[in-house]
Amino acid sequence: MSGITVLDVTKRFNGFTALDDVSVTIPEGSLTALLGPSGSGKSTLLRVIAGLESPDGGKVLIGNEDVTEQPARARGVGMVFQHYAAFKHMTVYDNVAFGLAIRRRPRAEIRDRVHELLELVQLEGLAKRYPAQLSGGQRQRMALARALAVEPGVLLLDEPFGALDARVRKELRAWLRRLHDEVHVTTIIVTHDQEEAMEVAGQIVVLNEGRIEQVGSPRELYDSPANEFVMSFVGPVNRVGETFVRPHDVELSLEPEAGSEEAMVERVVHLGFEVRVELLRADGERLLAQLTQDDVEQLELEPGQIVHVRSSRTKTFA
Amino acid sequence: MSRYVIRFGALGYLALLLLLPVGFVFYRAFDHGFSHAWHAVTTPAAVHALELTLLIAAIAVPANTVFGIVMALALVRGRLPGRGLLNAAVDLPLALSPVVVGLSLVLLYGRGGWLGGLAGHGLKILFAFPGMVLATMFVSLPFVVREVVPVLREIGTEQEQAAETLGAGPFQTFRRITFPAIRWAVAYGVVLTTARAIGEFGAVSAVSGNIEGRTQTLPLYVKAQFDGFDTAGAYASSVVLAMIAIAVVVALRALHPREEAG
Repeated sequence: MSGITVLDVTKRFNGFTALDDVSVTIPEGSLTALLGPSGSGKSTLLRVIAGLESPDGGKVLIGNEDVTEQPARARGVGMVFQHYAAFKHMTVYDNVAFGLAIRRRPRAEIRDRVHELLELVQLEGLAKRYPAQLSGGQRQRMALARALAVEPGVLLLDEPFGALDARVRKELRAWLRRLHDEVHVTTIIVTHDQEEAMEVAGQIVVLNEGRIEQVGSPRELYDSPANEFVMSFVGPVNRVGETFVRPHDVELSLEPEAGSEEAMVERVVHLGFEVRVELLRADGERLLAQLTQDDVEQLELEPGQIVHVRSSRTKTFA
Repeated sequence: MSRYVIRFGALGYLALLLLLPVGFVFYRAFDHGFSHAWHAVTTPAAVHALELTLLIAAIAVPANTVFGIVMALALVRGRLPGRGLLNAAVDLPLALSPVVVGLSLVLLYGRGGWLGGLAGHGLKILFAFPGMVLATMFVSLPFVVREVVPVLREIGTEQEQAAETLGAGPFQTFRRITFPAIRWAVAYGVVLTTARAIGEFGAVSAVSGNIEGRTQTLPLYVKAQFDGFDTAGAYASSVVLAMIAIAVVVALRALHPREEAG
């Protein structure tokens, strides 16, 4: 197990700068998310760490070793790809055994290790199946077992749940979190889904246009975003002029209060416990408020109704 | 209604253009009985022609298989400049008339050609075995490349990258991951290459000198017999060629149902 240090890494593809002088430290044993929109450079950064892309400048350290010039196969990383990268012509068993077979480990050791891993990823009964006979979620768990088989110092996951449907994705997130608590291998997960990042990771690195915008815990990012981009990327946000406010910090009342403004209810969207209220202010700006079902019932909100709006915990960025 | 038009139209076209002529060769070959036909294909010249044909194929096919796989990898995975040009060049043997291929070899290796001097050093290319192999390799070159390229594109690079992160070197990755994924395409390409190598007439005829019992392949032998008014011998040898072709096609169908491979 080892921490990772990325120092001043730059990567260009035909004139497009995917990573622009990026430096970041991933603590040993942590579960870190690289979060950003598509094209932000998050996957490129992961592939540079894996050794699948070589940077145009800068260094990558795994543990205390400079691995910048080392090929992927010598770095001791385990990688999981968005589309599983399952070896289609091999059984689940042979897929998981691949890294050990390459290392010419004794047959008995391979057998024990593969079965141990299949148990860990809950695929015990499926060793003789082929990837085509598995569901997406099972394939991805197989890919994880395969990556873990060689006892990597670092586990790299490139949008691992991106190709799965919403329900399976949620299950696997929780499962990955528990797995990490068991295995404790330094793990980086790339995702464009802020909810996934916040649910799974202890540390989040927010990337945008090849640069790092902020590094911090989910709470830090949410409560004290460093800039406008992070504020609007890690959760829904209202922007009124230069001020930003989260929908759950928008308070509604039927009577005017100190600092409140008038707005008209445009739409009320019931999402179960959460209710979203779309508002139109007198100056033409739109506002989203997040309330609970109880709140809405008490206020008896109807479209067309005039309410009084007050925002708390507003933020401005210079 | 239109379904039947299409069905019988296609069948009729196939029957008229393919089955009828080939069937007729079979029919005429056994016109004078089986023993006559057997005798015609077991003359020393006929046997030598068959052996020569198979020997040329035995060299050209493995050579083009290895080249084809390497070339396909270079075209799909490589980052070499001028790939488009290379890709087009691979198709050249399909576009060029085989006679032109043969003549170009004659020009290159013949007296006064750039490589014509080789003959003076005891390396006789033209009107000899090496020239015939070269001509056959030329015309049968594209098949493995053309079969393997689309499959390589389709499988993508993720599996290879996964193998790399798991510790596999380039050769191990090829042997354990890439090759198993393209093996049916390679097999299909080998079958097509074999069929073309065995049947080639034009290019080989231009460079062989067509000496009976020495530089005469089976297709050349068939033509020679036909020209010499030994029609029974020509038909009987044609049947041998046709049988090899049919065996190759059957082998192909047996190897893998193509529709399933996609």
